[in-house]
Amino acid sequence: MALRQCAIYGKGGIGKSTTTQNLVAGLAELGKKVMIVGCDPKADSTRLILHAKAQNSIMEMAANAGSVEDLELEDVMKVGYRDIKCVESGGPEPGVGCAGRGVITAINFLEEEGAYEEDLDFVFYDVLGDVVCGGFAMPIRENKAQEIYIVCSGEMMAMYAANNIAKGIVKYANSGGVRLAGLICNSRNTAREDELIMELARQLGTTMIHFVPRDNVVQRAEIRRMTVIEYEPTAKQAQEYRDLANKIINNKNFVIPTPITMDELEELLMSFGIMEEEDESIIGKTAAEESVAVAA
Amino acid sequence: MQVVEDIKPSYPLFRDDQYKDMLHNKQQLFEERIDETKLAETFQWTTTVEYQELNFKREALTINPAKACQPLGAVLCALGFEKTLPYVHGSQGCVAYFRTYFNRHFKEPISCVSDSMTEDAAVFGGQKNMYDGLENALALYKPDMIAVSTTCMAEVIGDDLNAFINNTKKEGHIAQDYPVPYAHTPSFVGSHVTGWDNMFEGIARYFTLNYMADKKVGSNGKINIVPGFETYLGNFRVIHRMLDEMGVAHTLMSDPTEVLDTPADGEFRMYAGGTSMAEVKDAPNAITTFLLQPMQLEKTKKLVETTWTHEVPKLNIPMGLEWTDEWLMKVSEVTGKPIPASLAKERGRLVDMMTDSHTWLHGKKFALYGDPDFVMGMSKFLLELGAEPIHVLCNNGSKKWNKAMQKVLADSPYGANCKTYPGADLWHMRSLVFTEKPDFLIGNSYGKFIQRDTLHKGKEFEVPLIRLGFPIFDRHHLHRMTTLGYEGAMYMLTTLVNAVLERLDEETRGMGTTDYNYDLIR
Repeated sequence: MALRQCAIYGKGGIGKSTTTQNLVAGLAELGKKVMIVGCDPKADSTRLILHAKAQNSIMEMAANAGSVEDLELEDVMKVGYRDIKCVESGGPEPGVGCAGRGVITAINFLEEEGAYEEDLDFVFYDVLGDVVCGGFAMPIRENKAQEIYIVCSGEMMAMYAANNIAKGIVKYANSGGVRLAGLICNSRNTAREDELIMELARQLGTTMIHFVPRDNVVQRAEIRRMTVIEYEPTAKQAQEYRDLANKIINNKNFVIPTPITMDELEELLMSFGIMEEEDESIIGKTAAEESVAVAA
Repeated sequence: MQVVEDIKPSYPLFRDDQYKDMLHNKQQLFEERIDETKLAETFQWTTTVEYQELNFKREALTINPAKACQPLGAVLCALGFEKTLPYVHGSQGCVAYFRTYFNRHFKEPISCVSDSMTEDAAVFGGQKNMYDGLENALALYKPDMIAVSTTCMAEVIGDDLNAFINNTKKEGHIAQDYPVPYAHTPSFVGSHVTGWDNMFEGIARYFTLNYMADKKVGSNGKINIVPGFETYLGNFRVIHRMLDEMGVAHTLMSDPTEVLDTPADGEFRMYAGGTSMAEVKDAPNAITTFLLQPMQLEKTKKLVETTWTHEVPKLNIPMGLEWTDEWLMKVSEVTGKPIPASLAKERGRLVDMMTDSHTWLHGKKFALYGDPDFVMGMSKFLLELGAEPIHVLCNNGSKKWNKAMQKVLADSPYGANCKTYPGADLWHMRSLVFTEKPDFLIGNSYGKFIQRDTLHKGKEFEVPLIRLGFPIFDRHHLHRMTTLGYEGAMYMLTTLVNAVLERLDEETRGMGTTDYNYDLIR
């Protein structure tokens, strides 16, 4: 089977890293050989696989060694649960340097060192939520991830983010091979969440590939720095991640997304009762002005 | 073939048949060279009005911009201070570029260091580079001051010089009281003249901003002179000389004449001359501060006016006759020192020279380009000579510059046919001199390619280059000349009129055809 490279994007805090690691555990259980590349200066994309606090990152080790050229692949690549290979790009502390450049440097390093030439079925890039600069689009540049999954939920801001990411993908899709492969709904238990995300997916030209329900077992496993599949393989949630893994293996629905306008998105949110119709009369009115209006 | 007994340089060697054949074959067999007729046709098309219109519609491309980047200016500014090491926070290659650029112009070694930011520094920020860089630079080169500027790389990732330098001191890499003034000089904003302004402001701020309590305007009886980005060493010297002759005590703030003109006597001088720290600290006590190139010293002006509370005289660059007069009269006015007879005599000599040569220069058309104040002063002087500037181009000229230029041109009948081009580049200039031919082009060495191109069209289209400006890489020692004051006007006049006469000789050398005008006496 040819190597498939997938990038996971989505709003910050939506559960990208948790979802990715659980899903990857599912793939590994099915016998797939997988590598996770964490593309986030926080370097927390592999902890559940490695049972570690945070993996030593490429950039951290490069800084210690003097330069990236002084590193070797085995220094930076750790092997965890069911032989899942783990790499973290790493990056600077908040407020200094350039995290985006860190991602570029790290991925270039992996390519040069032949990390992708090994016997692999999947590579997953777990990318920082806010795609703030070109560096965080590195995983979807030419010859890298071809499939993008967006993790979202029925919350307004998560959907805004999903739509914005779709806009970003269009830029790269028109000139290259990168495609949107589906939305993963990581449930927040909002009303009619599945329908809403399915509708959003439809409008973006893709599908909701799986609806991952909310389950506290995920948190219990996380406290133990484990995926659900490893911690409690018989849990219902473990099966959800296996289902997601299977759907991704069989996924053939790769599209150039059709992002929607702000108005269309707001309309969608309103039709599901998440957003109220705008009351133009209150815009720009202070509390004092409003109370005067009410008194009159 | 090259033979050991008679080694030839590339010219004339490559005119040998063997090399001509080789080049021809290379072009024909490997370079997919375009058909000669098509090539000639395209060349002709690039000289037309039609092409010029397209050329001026250009939006996304600059071809030969006629400016350099900010840190280059910052380095020159720093070189003008006593025992000061210019230090560029950023990539090594940038600094190599600044050094070679100045090497080629001044034919002198240029001491300047970088903290060599590499890939990991780009990711993590350059704090560590600064720790090591400042400590090493101080240990190795023992400067009394290190003046820090930045390259694009450090600017894009947002490195904070103030914090970094303070941290370097706090961590004990250099002493707390060691002077490290700094300026952020992003190369993708402004030009070398902006960088000079920023670095000067940084140095002046460092030594004065928090020490103003005991300062009193006029208490030291001196005047300050801030040159701005200035590469004619004679200009520093002439300012000293004129002020000395007037008996005006002064501080030339940033004076690199010594370090950029060291003698070959067996001793290497990494540092030589320059404005001292004590002079900078004392600067707010001066009567006032003169900015020699006011168009490019905006930030400096603000500091001088607000922090030093000096009333900066509103003057133009002291270039040519009238603007030198105004400058000297203003100096005389603020210091109370009369203009001495020696300068009055010098002025008289200049006027005499101008009258001697004006018949040759009258009505001659010039295209010129360069830095904002330089082209303005040059235009003014041309107008004074009765010459006609017709294209004045300034890549780093602002709207304010353009307005001031328009005024200068409007004040003289010789300026009536002149157009100004702020923000344009030398490829625009190439179009202009083809479609409306001047007699001469005035500018830096890069203009020689325009001269070549115009000659290629035909001898009658050739626009000879007169080298005045920066950089001048292909002629020696012109950087030692003077363009400011009466003395500078004399040099420029000599250069201009002799270029006219050289050209006339060249055109009248035809035996029995044009040599009726090949005169011994001009």
